[in-house]
Amino acid sequence: QYSAVVSFSPFQQRIEIHKLRQGDNLILGFSIGGGIDQDPSQNPFSEDKTDKGIYVTRVTEGGPAEVAGLQIGDKIMQVNGWDMTMVTHDQARKRLTKRNEEVVRLLVTRQSLQKAVQQSMMS
Amino acid sequence: KIESLKVTVDFLKLPLGLKKPPLKEALAAVPGPGRSKPFGLERHKARRSDTMDNESQYSGYSYKSGHSRSSRKHRDRRDRHRSKSRDGSRGDKSVTIQAPGEPLLDNESTRGDERDDNWGETTTVVTGTSEHSISHDDITRITKDMEDSAHLDCSRHLGVMLAGALALLAFLTPVAFMLLPQLLWRDELEPCGTPCEGLFISVAFKLLILLLGSWALFFRRPKAFFPRVFVFRALLMVLVFLLVVSYWLFYGVRILDSRDRNYQGVVQYAVSLVDALLFVHYLAVVLLELRQLQPQFTLKAVRSADGASRFYNVGHLSIQRAAVWILENYYHDFPVYNPALLNLPKSVLSKKMSGFKVYSLGEENSTNNSTGQSRAVIAAAARRRDNSHNEFYYEEAEHERRVRKRRARLVVAVEEAFTHIKRLQEEDQKNPREIMDPREAAQAIFASMARAMQKYLRTTKQQPYHTMESILQHLEFCITHDMTPKVRGGCTRYLTAGPTIQYHKDRWLAKQWTLVSEEPVTNGLKDGVVFVLKRQDFSLVVSTKKIPFFKLSEEFVDPKSHKFVMRLQSETSV
Repeated sequence: QYSAVVSFSPFQQRIEIHKLRQGDNLILGFSIGGGIDQDPSQNPFSEDKTDKGIYVTRVTEGGPAEVAGLQIGDKIMQVNGWDMTMVTHDQARKRLTKRNEEVVRLLVTRQSLQKAVQQSMMS
Repeated sequence: KIESLKVTVDFLKLPLGLKKPPLKEALAAVPGPGRSKPFGLERHKARRSDTMDNESQYSGYSYKSGHSRSSRKHRDRRDRHRSKSRDGSRGDKSVTIQAPGEPLLDNESTRGDERDDNWGETTTVVTGTSEHSISHDDITRITKDMEDSAHLDCSRHLGVMLAGALALLAFLTPVAFMLLPQLLWRDELEPCGTPCEGLFISVAFKLLILLLGSWALFFRRPKAFFPRVFVFRALLMVLVFLLVVSYWLFYGVRILDSRDRNYQGVVQYAVSLVDALLFVHYLAVVLLELRQLQPQFTLKAVRSADGASRFYNVGHLSIQRAAVWILENYYHDFPVYNPALLNLPKSVLSKKMSGFKVYSLGEENSTNNSTGQSRAVIAAAARRRDNSHNEFYYEEAEHERRVRKRRARLVVAVEEAFTHIKRLQEEDQKNPREIMDPREAAQAIFASMARAMQKYLRTTKQQPYHTMESILQHLEFCITHDMTPKVRGGCTRYLTAGPTIQYHKDRWLAKQWTLVSEEPVTNGLKDGVVFVLKRQDFSLVVSTKKIPFFKLSEEFVDPKSHKFVMRLQSETSV
C-alpha cells in the first residue's frame, strides 16, 4: 500500500568544491546551463520545464566537482550563500568563478535524491 | 624681367621665404605689371643667394613628324654607345631624366593615361640671369650642360630623320611593289581583273588603317627624355627593318630579275607585306601599351626630406619608365615640398651644441684617440639629462594653436568677404558702372581679407608659394564658378598644402631629375628593386614589391542554408 508522499521541497545536499588552479584560472570542473534569461524548455535535466534554475550539464572526470560529489543533472540552489534560483546565466557563472574564492559551497538538489527519499519513505 | 621669358629650369632651389616685411610695403610693391612675386616678400635679393639659381639648357626641338616606330632604332643605338662609354666604369649608374619644358607640357603633363615613351625635347630660350647673381661654378655647369645637350640634339635630329625615312620606306614599299611591274614591263603582264581590283582596295584600306594606327600610337608628344634605349622600341625597329629588307630582297630576285608575268601574284605579294606590317603594329601595341597595364608591382615612393609617401601599382615596366610614371604621379599626389616646415625651431636645437670636452693626456695613437673620443662624447651626451624635448613639445603645441587661430580668422574673413558680392541676375537693373567682371570682383573682395590671408600664410610658411597675382587669379576662378569659400567648399586652396602641380608652373616645377639605380635602368622591375630620383634638395626613394599571387578558392553558399536559432540555452564551463 502506497503512501504517496509527494514532497515539494526536495532533498538538498551540500557539496563543497575546492577549486583547482590551472595556470591563471581556478576551475571547478563542471558546466552549467540555465538561467532566467535562457529558454527553460530546452533543459534536459529539469522535471518542470518552466524551471529556470541553474543545472549541472556536464561534470569533468576527475575534476574537483566530481571528487566533491557533484553529479550531472543537479540543480544548484545556492553558492556560498548566494541564491542561484533566480539569476541570469552570466550572473551564475560569475558567482561560481570568483577569483578570490578557493572553495565554493553549493546547495544542490537532484531528482534521484527525491526518488531516494520517496522510496525510503514508502518502505 | 625674367618672368616674361620662357625658361626651362634645370636646378631650382626653393626659396626659404622666412623674412617678414610689413604688409603695406608688400602690397605697394605688388601692382607692377604682370610681376609675380611671392606674396609677403619684398625683394628677391633679400633671399639668400644660393637659393635661386636659374639655369637653362639648350635642347633640341621636337616636332610632330618624325615619331614613328622606326625612329627609335638609330637614335637608340647611337645613344647606347655613348652612354655606355660614359658610365661604364661606375657600378652605380646615374642618369638624368629630362622632362620637356613648359610650352608643350601644358597639354601633356596632365594626361596621365598616355604612357608614351618618345624621346623628346622642346625649344627653350637661353635667358640671361635674373636679378640674382650667378656664381662661377654655375657658369661652368651651364656651359657643360650646353655642350652635352648639343651632342644629343644632333644625334636626335639625325635619328628622327632616319626614322622618318624608314617609316616612309615601309609605307611606300607595297605601293612600289605594285607599281613597278606596271611601269617596267606593262605589255607583258597578264591581264588581271576582279581579284586584282579587290586586292587594290584592300591594300588601300589596310595602308590607311596602318597610317591611322601609327599616328595614334607613335605620333605623340614626348613627355620625358629617357637616358637609355627603350628596348622594345629598338626591337620593333629592327623587326620592321628586317621585314622590309627581306621583302625587297625577294622581290628583287624573284620578280624584277625574272620579270614575272603573273601580276596577281605580285599584288598578292604586296598585300602580304601590308599584312605583315599590320601585325608588327599589333605587336607594337601589345608590347608598348598593353603589357604594362596589368598591375604586377607596388611601388612605394617616399620623399626623403619629409617622409611623404605614396603607393602605386604598375605593371611590367623598365626602371626608367617606372621612374617617369612615378614622376607624373608625384606632381599631383605629393604635397609641395616646403623646406621651411622641416626645421626644428632654433631654440630647441641650440642647446645641443654645448659639448663635452675630452682632453687627451699623454702619447696615444691618434686614430684610436679620435674614435674613442667621439664615442665618449656621444655616450656622455646621451647620459646627460636633456630637456629639449620639452621645448619641442611646447613649441609644437603653441604653433598648432596659433595656426588654428589664424585659420579661424581667415575663414571668417573670407566668408564675410564673399558675402559682398553676388552674381548679377538678369532681371536686376543695375547701372553699368556697378557691374564688374570677375577680375574686378576679385580685387574688390581681396582687400578685406588680405591681412588675414597674409598672416595665415606666414604662419603656415606657405607664403613663398602664393603671389598676390596667383591669389587674385584663384579668387577670380572661384567667383566665376560660384565656388563657396566655406571650410568644406570649393575655394579652400590655401587652407591645406596642395600637390605641387597646382602651384604656378614657372617656379615650382623643376624638370631635371636624376635617376640613381644599382641596376641598369633598362632592366625590368623586379621584387626588391630600389631606385632613387634625386633633386637638388630632396630625393624620392622608390622601392618595389611584387604583388603577391592570390589564391582564390571558391565556396558555394546555398542561400537557403542561412538558418538561425535563438541562442537561449548556453552552456558555460566553470
